[in-house]
Amino acid sequence: MATFYIFMFLPFFSALLVPFLYKYLNRQIHTGWFVLLAPLSILIYLLQYIPSIAAGETYKFTLSWIPTLGIDITTYVDGLALLFGLLISGVGALVIVYSIFYMSKGREALHHFYVYLLLFMGAMLGLVFSDHLLVLYGFWELTSVSSFLLIAYWYERKSSRQGALKAMLITVIGGFGMLAGFIMLIMMGDTYSIREIIAQVDVIQQHSLFIPAMLCILLGAFTKSAQFPFGIWLPDAMEAPTPVSSYLHSATMVKAGIYLVARMTPIFGGSSVWFWLVAGVGIITLLYGSLSALRQTDLKALLAYSTISQLGLIMSLLGVGSLAVYFGPGEQGTVFTVATFAALFHLFNHSTFKGSLFMVVGIIDHETGKRDVRYLGGLMQVMPITFTIAMIGAFSMAGLPPFNGFLSKEMFFGAVTELAHVSTFGLESIGILFPIIAWVASIFTFVYCMIFVFKTFGGKYHPEKLTRKVHEASLGMLFAPMVLGLLVVLIFFFPNVLGKYILAPALTSVLPMMPVTAYDLKISAWHGFNMELLMTIGVVVIGFLLFKSAKRWVRVIRNYPQELTLTHLYNIALPAMEKGAASLTNRYMTGSLRHYLSYIFSFFVMLLLGSLLLLYGIQFDFSNNASISLFDVGLVLVMIIAALTVLFTNHRVVAIVALGAVGYMVSMFFVIFRAPDLALTQMVVETVTTVLFLLCFYHLPKLKKDIERIPFKLTNLIISLAVGLTVTILALSANGHKLFEPITSFFENAFELAGAKNIVNAILVDFRGFDTMLEISVLAIAGLGVYVLIHQRSKRREHDETE
Amino acid sequence: METLMILLVGVLISIGTYLILSRRLLRIVLGSSLISHAVNLLLITSGGLKTGAAPLLSEKTKQFTDAIPQALILTAIVINFAVTALVLVLGYRAYQSYGTDDMEQLRGNEYE
Repeated sequence: MATFYIFMFLPFFSALLVPFLYKYLNRQIHTGWFVLLAPLSILIYLLQYIPSIAAGETYKFTLSWIPTLGIDITTYVDGLALLFGLLISGVGALVIVYSIFYMSKGREALHHFYVYLLLFMGAMLGLVFSDHLLVLYGFWELTSVSSFLLIAYWYERKSSRQGALKAMLITVIGGFGMLAGFIMLIMMGDTYSIREIIAQVDVIQQHSLFIPAMLCILLGAFTKSAQFPFGIWLPDAMEAPTPVSSYLHSATMVKAGIYLVARMTPIFGGSSVWFWLVAGVGIITLLYGSLSALRQTDLKALLAYSTISQLGLIMSLLGVGSLAVYFGPGEQGTVFTVATFAALFHLFNHSTFKGSLFMVVGIIDHETGKRDVRYLGGLMQVMPITFTIAMIGAFSMAGLPPFNGFLSKEMFFGAVTELAHVSTFGLESIGILFPIIAWVASIFTFVYCMIFVFKTFGGKYHPEKLTRKVHEASLGMLFAPMVLGLLVVLIFFFPNVLGKYILAPALTSVLPMMPVTAYDLKISAWHGFNMELLMTIGVVVIGFLLFKSAKRWVRVIRNYPQELTLTHLYNIALPAMEKGAASLTNRYMTGSLRHYLSYIFSFFVMLLLGSLLLLYGIQFDFSNNASISLFDVGLVLVMIIAALTVLFTNHRVVAIVALGAVGYMVSMFFVIFRAPDLALTQMVVETVTTVLFLLCFYHLPKLKKDIERIPFKLTNLIISLAVGLTVTILALSANGHKLFEPITSFFENAFELAGAKNIVNAILVDFRGFDTMLEISVLAIAGLGVYVLIHQRSKRREHDETE
Repeated sequence: METLMILLVGVLISIGTYLILSRRLLRIVLGSSLISHAVNLLLITSGGLKTGAAPLLSEKTKQFTDAIPQALILTAIVINFAVTALVLVLGYRAYQSYGTDDMEQLRGNEYE
C-alpha cells in the first residue's frame, strides 16, 4: 500500500528536488535526465499491475487525511485507472525525453518547466486513481492550475498569457460545475466513494437531484475535454512549448473529461439525457473540429482542432456505449458494449499518434523556424525520418490501414451505424443522422490529414522562405516520436494484446454490469468485408478528390467570417462583462453620502415595515398608558416647534439655539418623568454642546439656502417621513406588549447590596460599572481625537510657513 | 402619555432624517443630534412613565420609576456628546481643507 502512494506522489517529491538539481547540475547535465526517472519508475511500477488487473482483480488503498470529515486519499486501481496511468507515465516519459532535446539547456528556465510538468503529472495520476470524489476534484483543479502555468511558460509573450487565462477561466468554471455535481452525488449516495455510489445506483436514479448532478458533472467534463462549445481554449493553449502541447493538450489533460465520463457511465448511463448530451455533443464537436481544422494554416492550430475533433469522436462513442447500460446484457447490449470498447481503443490510439504528430510539428518548428504550411513544402527529401513519422501519425488519424487509427475508426463506424436500428430515446427518427455526420466528419479528417502531410513534406522545397538551414533533427529528438510511431503500427498488427490485457479490464470498469464473455470474441473480429469498410473506402475516395481540388474550395472555408466564431464571441463577451460590472457598480456606488444613506434608510423601512405588515405585528394596546396633563402637551408642542425651526431656518445661530431648546425640553421631560440625574446631565451636556456648536459655527460657512431641486427634496421628504412612521409604528406596537416582568426590583436592593441610596448611580458604578468604564474611554478617545485633529492642522500650517 | 411621547419621537426622527439627507455638513450634525434626543426619549418611554417616585431610596415610597433605562440613557448622553464633538471638529477640519461643506462636492469617487 505504502509503495503505491510513494509512486503516486513521486512526481510531487521530484518537483521539490528539481530547482536544486537545476541550480547545481544543469551546466553539466540537462535537468530533464533526472526528471525522466520519475515517469519511468512509475511506468515500470504500473506495468506490474497489468497481469493481475487483466485477471479481474482490483486494488483499493486508503491513506488517512482528514478522518473526522471522512476525507481520505482513497485510491482504487482498476482497468480504467490503469489504462490512464500507463498513458500518463508512458507518454510522460517520452515527452520528457523529447523535451531534453527540444528545450535548450542554456536559454530556457528549465527549473520552472520541469516543476510545472511534474506537478501536472502528479495531479493527473492522482486524478485517475482517486476514488474519493473530493480528492478527485482537488487533483482536477491542480491539473487546471499546472496547465495554466505551462501554457504561460513564455510569460513575456502576450499571446501566451491570454491563452493561459482563457484556458484557466473555462476549465475552472467547468471545475466548479463539476464540484457542485459531485456534492449532489455525495448527498444522494451519502458517501464520498465512487464505487459505493455505483453500488447504490438504483436509488440514485430515482433521486430528484439525478439530472442536475449529471448536467453539472458533464459541464466539467466538456470544458476540460474541449467539447463544443467550450473547446475554444485549446487552440489558444498552443502558445505553450510543443512538449507541453503534446503531453497535456493531446494525450493526457484533455482526456480527463473523457475519463470522468467513462467513470460516471455506470451511474448516469442508461438515461436518455446522458446519451443525447454525450453522444450529441461529441458528434457535433467531431464535425466542428474537423471543419475548423481545414481553415488553419498553422500546423499546431490544425492539430489543436483535430484534437478537439478526435475527442468529440471518443466522447460520442462513450455516449453510444452508454446505451449498453440501458439494454443490459443481451444481444443489443453487446453491440453497444463494443462502442465503449472502441472509445477506449481510440483513446489509446489517439494518444499515440497525436503525441507523435505534435512532436513532429515541434521538430519542423525547431529545424525550419516556421510552422505555417504556406511557407513549408518539400521537406520530404530533407527530413525523411520526420516525414515517415508524420505520415504514420497522420494516416492513422485519417483512419487508413495499416495503422491503429484504421481499427478504431472502423469500430466507430460500426457503432454509429448500429444507432440507425435502435428504436428508443427518439432515435428511430433521427438516429440515421449519426452515421451521416460521422462519415462527413471523417472525410474532412482525411482531407486535413493529407494537407498536414503533403503541404508540409510534399511539393517544392523553398529554402528562400525559411530563415534557417534545414536538416534532419537529431536522433534524440526523433526518439520519442519514433517510439510512438512504432506503437501505432504495432497496435495495428497485434491489437488483441492491447485489447486483452489493458482495454478489456478498462471496459469492465466502465460497464461493470456486462458479462465478460459476451464481447471477448468481438475484439479479434477486426476484419471482414462489411458496411464499415465500404464507408472507409468512400472516405478515401471522396477525401482524395477533395484534397486534389482543395485550391478551389478551401478559400471558401478560410473566408468564413471571423465575427461568427466562438472565439470572437468569447473575445467580446469578456470585456462586455467587465464593462457591464463596472457600469453597474458606478451606477449605485456614486460616492454621494446622501445616496448611501437613502439606501440604508429605504432598506430599514422596507425590512421593518414589511415584516411588521407581513407578520401581523401591528397591534396597539393603550390600556397601561399614563395620563396626559396640559403641561405635557405644551412641552411636546414647544419641542416640535423648536425642531421645525432647526429644519426651516437659514440662520446658523437660530438653528443652534433651536437645537439647544430641544435639548432643554428633553431635560424638562426627564424632570417630569422623575429622572433627576438625567435632567442634570442633559442640562450640562446640552449647554456644553451648544457652546461647542457656537465655537465651530464661527469657522463654518453661512447656512445658505440649499439650491436643491424639487425632486431632491421630495425624495428626502418621503424617506424621512417613512422612517419616522416606521419608528412610530414599531414603538407603538412594542409599547403595549410586556412579555416579562422587568428586573428593576432587584436594583431596588441597592442599599443592601451596594450601600447606595441613588439607584441610578449604583447601577452606573456598581452593578454595571463596566459600561461606565468604557464610556469614559469613549470620552477620552474623542477628546484625543479632537486634540489631534486641531493640533495636526496647526503643525502642518507651521510646516507650510517654513517652506 | 406613552403614545404622545412616541408620536413626538416619530416627528423628531423624521425631521432628523430629513436633515441628515441634506447637503450641508452642519445640517447633518444637527440632524444626528435631533435623532439622539429622540432615541433617548424613546428609551425612557419604554420603561413606563409616571409610575412612581424618582429612584432614590431616601424617598419613602413603595414604587420607583424604572432605573435601568435611566442608567442606559445617562451612558448614551455622554457617548453622544463625545461623538458630536468629534464630528463637529471633523466637519470644521474638512471645511478648512477642502473649502466647502457641501457633501455633493465632498464625494470621493473621482481620483483626479
